[in-house]
Amino acid sequence: MDIKSMKNYLYWLYCQFELITCSYLMEPWEKLLFYSFNITMLVMVLYIAYIFVPVHITMAFQFFLHLFGNQHENTVSIVK
Amino acid sequence: MERPERAGAALGAQPRANGCSGAAHGALRNGYVRGLAAPDTQLNHIVHNGGLYKRPFNEAFEETPMLVAVLTYVGYGVLTLFGYLRDFMRQWKIEKCQNATEREEQKDFVPLYQDFENFYNRNLYMRIRDSWNRPICSVPGAKVDMMERVSHDYNWTFTYTGRVIKDIINMGSYNYLGFAQKAGTCQEAAAKVLSQYGAGVCSTRQEMGNLDKHEELEKLVARFLGVESAMAYGMGFATNSMNIPALVGKGCLILSDELNHASLVLGARLSGATIRIFKHNNMQSLEKLLKDAIVHGQPRTRRPWKKILILVEGIYSMEGSIVRLPEVIALKKKYKSYLYLDEAHSIGALGPSGRGVVEYFGLSPEDVDVMMGTFTKSFGAAGGYIGGKKELIDYLRTYSHSAVYATSLSPPVVEQIITSMKCIMGEDGTNVARVQQLAENTRYFRRRLKEMGFIIYGNEDSPVVPLMLYMPAKIGAFGREMLKRNIGVVVVGFPATPIIESRARFCLSAAHTKEMLDTALKEINEVGDLLQLKYSRHRLVPLLDRPFDETTYEETED
Repeated sequence: MDIKSMKNYLYWLYCQFELITCSYLMEPWEKLLFYSFNITMLVMVLYIAYIFVPVHITMAFQFFLHLFGNQHENTVSIVK
Repeated sequence: MERPERAGAALGAQPRANGCSGAAHGALRNGYVRGLAAPDTQLNHIVHNGGLYKRPFNEAFEETPMLVAVLTYVGYGVLTLFGYLRDFMRQWKIEKCQNATEREEQKDFVPLYQDFENFYNRNLYMRIRDSWNRPICSVPGAKVDMMERVSHDYNWTFTYTGRVIKDIINMGSYNYLGFAQKAGTCQEAAAKVLSQYGAGVCSTRQEMGNLDKHEELEKLVARFLGVESAMAYGMGFATNSMNIPALVGKGCLILSDELNHASLVLGARLSGATIRIFKHNNMQSLEKLLKDAIVHGQPRTRRPWKKILILVEGIYSMEGSIVRLPEVIALKKKYKSYLYLDEAHSIGALGPSGRGVVEYFGLSPEDVDVMMGTFTKSFGAAGGYIGGKKELIDYLRTYSHSAVYATSLSPPVVEQIITSMKCIMGEDGTNVARVQQLAENTRYFRRRLKEMGFIIYGNEDSPVVPLMLYMPAKIGAFGREMLKRNIGVVVVGFPATPIIESRARFCLSAAHTKEMLDTALKEINEVGDLLQLKYSRHRLVPLLDRPFDETTYEETED
């Protein structure tokens, strides 16, 4: 029952998406184009996030460590 | 409580239209009233203007929610992008081009199909075209039968399946008083006249087409309206577009509401007069234009305008708003201009006995110089009329194009108008309750829709009920879903409305029973949930709450 209502809710969400983006009015091939474009963009955004966000988080983390005077071992060895 | 009566009495006491009388309040130079003359009023313009009204005037246009506006633009953006893609493909013959194009030998001339409206028709309107122009195959009463049709090429062409969709609740016809019937006294009388006179007249009023029925109709219309004289025409649109040019011309000024119907706009343009537009139902805007017109006169020559004509409608059919007639009349008197009132939708539909917006506000028909209206809506017939003083009507009979050239009204149609008008006036002793029934239906329908959380435009007494849809996909979806549920609605989009303010427009009728309205409301509620149309945040902005700067409505004495 819960799964069914979830499914209904997802379908309803999809309908709203269709109505707002006007893909409700499109011909099938246009829909295909529109959705593949959207999905490609979404996947690219996610992939980019996956690649870059961890790097940025590490850098930020190190920056704050540095800010609070807690020097990393590596920096010490380089200075030497 | 004293103020409204006084204001009403002051208005009613004016002997003639055009404000020939002296002012009620003295010593008002250059039209400006400091404070107010009456000590019993507050220094509050709202109360002051409210004093012109004998009844509450509740008109609201809820603001478009920001998110909805943004999403609507997103939708149009996506459709426009795909439109360009499709145009590109048609250009390069990747897909079959089904729309009108220039012929091969015209290719080097000015392009014909490149403007925005053509683009819109080709790429946006074509996707939702199935919601319009549906052929019906029965009398458009409270219920109607519709011919089923399908499209196999995405609305470029339609084919009829041969089936008929029966008993659709008709929420779209302008059948305000329910006179679109195939049985009843009107139909019987019309049939009798048809067997006596035939259908065609084959001549104009000035030649061999002036029947006794026409004379009878005009006398009745004049009596109905409470004016000296009236004249009937065969087409409502032409009544406006052909009579305004006969009334004003070069050197005259027309002040027109921005949402006036196309017939008024066309008439104003054909007249050759200068046209200035005031904001919809906005009296400050109108007064500013009037003041400027009087102060500056005609551009360049600075001669005074020959005539100033204010064009307003009784009920605006797209907004469902009612004209602020008491204020318009006060302004017209103050600035000594003329008033042309188009009662196409309001005649029969407003006022305690159906005499239109003048009666609704309890004003005198003498204060309106030109009363125009149509028989197409409330009377279930065809044609239009103009009412006013005898001199005006006599002049129009001679000089108006539609009086001289139009073939006169068909006798059965005339009989339909006469019978239905007598019915409204209660002279034949049947069904007097239609007007009250319509008012009740209107109040009920509007109240229920508001409670459901839809954004509804217009005055609470107007039988035209626009329900805002906003997004382009929802126009098509609403029309289709409602038809699926056996309810016929009219949806409206660009160019009839501003591009983001697409709407569905319900027209109530006295023929709708409570059960029909309840069914319709239930289905509208369901579709509203499905399509997420309940945008309202119940933050209503009544127009009277807006500040009325410098508008005084007092007549000047000089």
